[in-house]
This record gives sequence, C-alpha cells and structure tokens, in this order.
Amino acid sequence: MGSRTSSLLQQEEIEEIQQETGFSPKQIVRLYSRFTNLDKSDRGMLRVEDLYRIPELVINPLGERIIQTFFLECESDQINFRQFMKTLGLFRPYKKRYGPEAINTREKKLKFAFQMYDVDNDGSIARDELLVLLHMMVGSNITEEQLGAIADRTLLEADLDEDGQISFEEFIKALEKSDCEQMMSIRFLN
Amino acid sequence: TEEEIESYEILSVNFLEVASPLVLSIWILVAAVAKIVFHFSPLPKYVPESCLLIAIGFIIGALFLANTASPFKPELQAHIFFLYLLPPIMMEAGYFMPQAAFWNNIGSILMFAVVGTLINAFTIGLSLWGVSMGGLLRGNTTINFLECMTFSSLISAVDPVAVLAVFEEIHVNQVLHILVFGESLLNDAVTVVLYRVFESFNEIGGEHLATQDIIFGFISFFVVAFGGILIGLIMGFLTALITKYTYKVRVIEPIFVFVMAYLSYIIAEMLTLSSILAIVTCSMFMKPYVEQNISTKSHTTIKYFLKMLSSISETIIFIFLGTTSLSKEAHQWDTAFVLFTLLFCSVYRAIGVFVQVTILNRFRLFKINRRSQFIMTYGGIRGAIAFSLVALLCSKVISAKPIFFTTTVVIIMFTVFVQGITIKPLVNFLHIQKAEKRKPTMNEEIYERFNSHLMAGVEDIVGHHGHHWIKEKWEEVNHKFLEKLLV
Repeated sequence: MGSRTSSLLQQEEIEEIQQETGFSPKQIVRLYSRFTNLDKSDRGMLRVEDLYRIPELVINPLGERIIQTFFLECESDQINFRQFMKTLGLFRPYKKRYGPEAINTREKKLKFAFQMYDVDNDGSIARDELLVLLHMMVGSNITEEQLGAIADRTLLEADLDEDGQISFEEFIKALEKSDCEQMMSIRFLN
Repeated sequence: TEEEIESYEILSVNFLEVASPLVLSIWILVAAVAKIVFHFSPLPKYVPESCLLIAIGFIIGALFLANTASPFKPELQAHIFFLYLLPPIMMEAGYFMPQAAFWNNIGSILMFAVVGTLINAFTIGLSLWGVSMGGLLRGNTTINFLECMTFSSLISAVDPVAVLAVFEEIHVNQVLHILVFGESLLNDAVTVVLYRVFESFNEIGGEHLATQDIIFGFISFFVVAFGGILIGLIMGFLTALITKYTYKVRVIEPIFVFVMAYLSYIIAEMLTLSSILAIVTCSMFMKPYVEQNISTKSHTTIKYFLKMLSSISETIIFIFLGTTSLSKEAHQWDTAFVLFTLLFCSVYRAIGVFVQVTILNRFRLFKINRRSQFIMTYGGIRGAIAFSLVALLCSKVISAKPIFFTTTVVIIMFTVFVQGITIKPLVNFLHIQKAEKRKPTMNEEIYERFNSHLMAGVEDIVGHHGHHWIKEKWEEVNHKFLEKLLV
C-alpha cells in the first residue's frame, strides 16, 4: 500500500493540497490511502456508492445527509482527491493565524451544517426541513405532535424576520453562543 | 411521698440516653445556621465557604479544648468520615457530573489522576526522605524511606471534597473545571493503593521487602481501580433495572437510588476496592435510565435530597477539620519538615502539571493554555481525605506520625485558606474564561445532537475512530440493548 500511495500522489500535488487545506504531508498521505481504499472503482474518483459502502455511515441517522452534502459542491456524483481533502479540511480545528480566508473558519463550518439542514437546497430552512432532520435524529418514541412543537419552537427562536424560515444569517445568529469551532473539529492522525 | 417521686422522675433530664443524636443534631444545626449567616454577610465575595467553616471549627475546637471536663471530643473520626460523610458528596459528584465534558477530556483527566498523582507521590516522598537524610530535621531525627513514602502518598493527591467546595464558587469554564475535578475523583484509586502498599511495606519492614511485593502493589492498582468501577457498574445496572418496576409505588423510588449507590460504596470498601470510583461510576451509570423510569416528583426529590445531604456532609467535614486540627491528638511541629513539604507539594505540582500539559497538548485538539495550567496547579487543594488517612496511621508502626499529622494539617490549611481565597482573584486577573450558566436554546440543543452524528460520520469517512465514533457506538449499544432492558 505504501509504495502505491506515494507513487500515485505527486510531491507537488501534496504541496498544493497542503497550501489549500493546511493538512500536513503525513496527514495527506494517510488520507490518500484512505481515499484509494474507499475508491473501489480505482479511477481516482470517489462516487456516492463508495461512501454508502462504509457500514457505520449507513447506520448513522444522518449518514445519507452527510453523503449528499459531501457531494453538493462538485455538482456531479463523484469527487476527486482534492475536493475530498477540501471538504475534510473544513473539520480541522481553526486557529487565528489561519486568517479569515482559511477553508475552516467558523462561518464555513456552519455553512456545511446549514447545507445539511437545508434539504431542498434553497438557501433557507423551512419548518418541514426541520421536521425531516428531527425525524432522522430521534427515535420512534416521540410523537408527531411533539416533533411539530419542537420544530415550531426552534423556528420561533431563530426566525428573526418572521418569514417562517431560517436564513443562513439567522442560523449563525441562533448558534452565536455555541462553541461551533470546537464542536465541528476532529483530530486528524499524522 | 410516692407521688412526689413520680413527678420528679417525669421531669428528669436524661442527657446520656440521647447524647449522640442530640449532639449530632446540634452539630448539623450549627453548621446550617453558620451557612445562613455566612451568606447574609459580605464574606462570600472574598472567602470560600469552606474557609469560614474551618474557622468556625477552630472556635468550637478551642472551646472544647478549654473545657477539659467535656466527655465529648469533637474530632473527625476516620471511619465516620469514610462511611458516612464522604459517600453523599461523592454520589452527588457522580450524579451531577457534566458527562459530555467528562468523556471529552477523559484522556487528560486520567493522565492527571494516574501519572500526575504518581509523579507527585514519588517526587515528594523521595525529596522528603532526602531532607530527612540530610539531617535538616529537628534534632537530626531521620524518617525512613517507607515512612516518607506513606506520608507523600496521602498528601500528594488532590482532594475531591475541597476542590468541589472551592471550584463550585469560582465558576471557571467547564474544561478547566472538569480537568481538576475529574483528577481529584479518579486519583482515588492511586491514592488508596499507594497508601495501602506503603503502609503494609512499613509493617513488613524495609529489609524484608521482596520484588514480588512491589509487583503485587502494581497489580493491585488495577484490581482496586477496575474492581471499584465494576461494582459501580453492577449496582448502577441493578438500580436502573429495579426502578423500571417501581411505577406502582412511586414513593420508594428515591430510596433505591440512594441505598444502591451507598451499597456500591460500602461493598467496594468491604472488598478494599476504590469506593469513590464505585459510587461515582454507579451514579453516573444509573442516572440516564433512572431519570426515564421514575416520576418527575421522585426525580426532584432525589436531586434536592442529594444536594442537601452532600452540602451537610461537606459542612460537617470542614467544621470537623477545624476542630480536629486543634485537638489533643499528638502534634509535633517540625519547621523544616513542614516548610519542605509545603515547598515540594507546590513545586512538584507545578512541574508535574507543566510536563503533563506539554505532553497532552500534542494530542489535544484544543490546547490547554499557560494561564489555565496555572489555575490547574493552583487548584491542587488538599483536604479531609488526607486528614483522615493520616489520622488512620498506626503510631506504633510509623513513629513519625505526630510530625505527619501536624504537617498534614498545615498543608490543608495552607491550600484551603491561601489558595482557596486567592484563586478567585487570580482567575479574574488572568482573564480565565468563566462558565456561563444558562439553559441551551432549542436551536443549540438540536445543533448539538446533529453535530455529534455529523462528526461521527466524518470520522467514519476519514476512517479514524475518535471519541465521536466511540460515542456513536455507545449510543447504538445503549439504544439497542440497555434502554430496552432498563427503561
């Protein structure tokens, strides 16, 4: 595996990805081997089906949404390694020295979350989209009315301009006090 | 006449018959009134409650000391402390544990609790032995190595009761709080083992020690720690299971919760396992299931009763600390020993925290900064556990007990008074982030749940299983099996 990985991944490509995402070369090599592992068709592209083959992700209540959002940016149903890394780079812990242009700022992390909430992809979250999300997350022991009440309260709290929907600005505002930078970060192994 | 005698007897004062419950009730009354008075005064801004309680203890102790005829000695007896006063506080600690913060930082907490305590115990012990060998003590007395190690094993651990009492009031951010508090809880197993190992080594005598004994000491650490946790899990499981069937007799619901938790403590104590780990594990495990099984009223009862019990225990402990410090128990002041212990306790804690934080920061997603590190060093408050352990030492085996006793009192007073009083201004001075007390909004709650699934999903894609993955797995097991069984 090791030799194959290094032969396929050019040094300049590593550097470019490093520039773009902030991952260390070791992390990039490691994630590349993961990428090739997932890439069953061996064409250097990851397809939706490849992600559906990860058993844990399939039983994750939000698994489907996660996969859909992963492929949202590239408009086709496959992503190359660079796009894959760019999306993962979002989940690196943000540091001030990265500056506001970095790919993993608080706002960009929240944008990803927002896109997952926003099922119909129209730039705002409506009541039925909240319901879809709640349905995925809670078990069957909560009634439809209760879920409705939760969705209503959520909307009431966040919807500042009272148009019945949560815009991205309202979404950021509602989570102002949450520690999103920390919560939406994971540690990548070297 | 006969009638007169009878009326005389009706009026007789039968003090001795009610002596213990009467004295006990008055104790609790005094303690509770002292708390009320304290909170009406302007003192809470400057002084932690524990300091005031110890001060009251000093006064009461002085009164008893002056009255030599008194049949009562207001002293903290080790068995009363360990069997009755400590369990409620530890149960409360486990029951109200901020579990998310605890599990997120479990690695760091374990490092501080195990490695940190060991570092402290050995460096302090060795240094004190050096001081004693160097002839720095009064009259050139020497304290042998094993005695020094016994002492350092009881003085090196951070005390959960004292830490709770001080940190509850300063409201530092949750991560800092859970690091110090978690350390103080989980270091129990280390303290118990070290103390017991060195105490028995003393009895065996240094010259008869075999390598085998040391290996057994090492093994016993795992037995004590995991044994305690196992008992906690079993009792917690049983409690959850029992409360599933109490819906016809709601009034007894709190009883099960309290008795089972207490039993976990006592059984662990009986088997000489870590009783603190047992009761903390038990209450942490049972909580989510019990909450779903019992009525809201029962749950409120449990919450209030637990808060009340633990606050009373804590109060009594601190007053007792004051009275016992002034007791007639053999004190022996040795300036050099006291000062060196104080120095070593502070310096080695600072060094230990520094080294550990430096190592931990390489692995932590979010680093512990230098200022937080200082507060962690400073939060190393000693308390009643060290006190009770030193009182339990057998003076026949350990001839230096009076010196140890006095020194322990000084260390406790220093850490509780000096560090306890100055930690709040320091937290403000260093601009340590404070905890905010508010309920999460609906949006935040949903986002939080959403996020934990999302991060578990990202970990799946990355193929590296971090704590989000573990959490997701646990929730899956919990949902599939435990909840079906216990709720």
